[in-house]
Amino acid sequence: MPFELLVALRYLREGRTQTTLILTGIGVGVGVIIFLSALITGLQRSLVARTLGTQAHVVVRPREEMPRVLAPPDPGAARVTQVERPAQRIRSIVQWQRAQAEIARLPGVVATAPTIAGPAIAVRGDGASAVTVRGIDPASYGRIVDLGAFLRAGRLELDGFHAVIGAELARYLGLSVGDRFRLRVSGSAAADTGTGEPAGGDGVYTVSGILDLGNRDLNQRWVFVALRASQSLFGLEGGVSTIEVTVAGIYDAERLAGAITRRTGLVADSWMRTNEQLLTALRSQSASSRTIQTFVGLAVALGIASVLAVSVVQKAREIGILRATGTSRRQVLRIFLLQGAILGLLGSAVGIALGAALGLLFARLARNPDGSATFPVALGAVLYLRSAALAVGVGVAAALLPARRAAGVEPARIIRAG
Amino acid sequence: MPAPAAALLRLDGVTKDYGTRVVTHVLRGIDLVVEPGEFLALTGPSGSGKTTLLNLVGLLDRPTGGRIVFRGRDTAALDEAATTALRGRGIGFVFQFHHLLPAFSAQENVMLPLLADRGRRDREMAARAAALLGEVGLAARAAYRATDLSGGEQQRVALARALVMRPPLVLADEPTGNLDTESGDQVWRLLRAFNARYGTAFVIVTHDDRLAARCDRIVRLVDGRVAADSGPRGGR
Repeated sequence: MPFELLVALRYLREGRTQTTLILTGIGVGVGVIIFLSALITGLQRSLVARTLGTQAHVVVRPREEMPRVLAPPDPGAARVTQVERPAQRIRSIVQWQRAQAEIARLPGVVATAPTIAGPAIAVRGDGASAVTVRGIDPASYGRIVDLGAFLRAGRLELDGFHAVIGAELARYLGLSVGDRFRLRVSGSAAADTGTGEPAGGDGVYTVSGILDLGNRDLNQRWVFVALRASQSLFGLEGGVSTIEVTVAGIYDAERLAGAITRRTGLVADSWMRTNEQLLTALRSQSASSRTIQTFVGLAVALGIASVLAVSVVQKAREIGILRATGTSRRQVLRIFLLQGAILGLLGSAVGIALGAALGLLFARLARNPDGSATFPVALGAVLYLRSAALAVGVGVAAALLPARRAAGVEPARIIRAG
Repeated sequence: MPAPAAALLRLDGVTKDYGTRVVTHVLRGIDLVVEPGEFLALTGPSGSGKTTLLNLVGLLDRPTGGRIVFRGRDTAALDEAATTALRGRGIGFVFQFHHLLPAFSAQENVMLPLLADRGRRDREMAARAAALLGEVGLAARAAYRATDLSGGEQQRVALARALVMRPPLVLADEPTGNLDTESGDQVWRLLRAFNARYGTAFVIVTHDDRLAARCDRIVRLVDGRVAADSGPRGGR
């Protein structure tokens, strides 16, 4: 065992009461940090997973239609002071296959899926409800949103005139698997056919599956049909209105949306932009969690520093003797830095046990009415290792000042004092 | 005084002042030569500068003026690390209050200078410490904590610690001053035995004229100056 480690361990063992007290303090501090981190991370992951569970990370669509304003022929002519925005309609992305291939080639893009989304009225008997029809190719869309995970009845079958609908819509229209309903698309919502008359389609669909998307509004509005069927419904033969994208790192979505716009000239909205409020809430939550953790860390550091500072005063004579008998200033410095590191390491072990116990207890107590966990507490090896590294770092940093003081002990003065 | 080429320690006009606004001149020009294997008593009244001189010779402090040459090296030219190394390997200390480390056993206390020098424990150093403890009659107490030993035993452990690096010079500050007569005599006999056996030079600060008289050479300090130097008288 290295000389410095031997002396550091002996000093800590010798001051058992002090060591135990400070280890308890560090343990509580690290435990609070671990518990808070696990809680906040778990909560945030759960919120983000729920939000992203039913939507793409990036949605790409054509630019909005805007009338072109011609320049006045001469300076004296009347000037346009107001431009009226036209009503938007569903349009296909020009050469969408090429755009999709270009997006798929971008580093960080995991999956792409062509889709159509547009408004319609779902009608059954006298009942009618405004819905959003989503035309998808189940194979490619499955890599964007795992609809199978939300299926509560029936199958995810979309071929021909089959549709999968939300549970709330099913309840509202009294639909069950195998029942039929009509989808009616108004003319203004449908695409321009190029004949001067906007297309508008009707179709009778059979419910093949019912989804519970975990959101009442989505359960009320969403109707999934096959991409081909939606192309007919909205008069977009061979076209798609949106390309939905999954990216590897969810917090890279905004950056990749920018890259997609630059590459294709299309409009790309990331989930971070469409859920700005959620993101702001998450950031505020992280900031408050970090603030608490910083202050706890500071309290731990001050605890270690004060214990070691007292130790330096108590052991001044011994340090003088060590110095007189050939121990260098650097060795004395290392002895006290090691004490800080050891306190941090052992304290983090106590803290990991405490934090994990608190986390598991919370996970057991915080339950939904159906008995499932409210949200998973994100405990794990990475959190433990990070906390241990932080505690050791704080320990060493806190020991720096007392260690320098110890290294500066003048043996002649101490020995003279007896 | 011209020093022989083989002098272990040579002090040329060494002075030591304390304070800046009010300056106290503790040592006022010490010239001294210590030969290898000498057994020298440093005596003088309180405040004469004995302990200050011992600290300077032990490289625990630096002189205000003059030159200290130890084993042919001018110590003023040494940096902190080199001073520590020279002190650790070349000079042993025995203090009046033994100053053992209570967290360590007797054997570990003896090994401490070796541990600091080599960085980690090895068998040879344990054997060397055990042998020295045997020589001071404490083989059976090797595993005892320092606090479990009597005053005389602690001083003998301190003596073994001072010798474990086999230094050519041991500085002892009132080594028997805190002991009863019997323990004091025992420690004194060991000092002389080690001097004779290993040729280690001893510089012993003492108030006790009876003990000083049993040394080969007596240097008396008064008011920071060498007032008398008996010169070598041969072993006893």
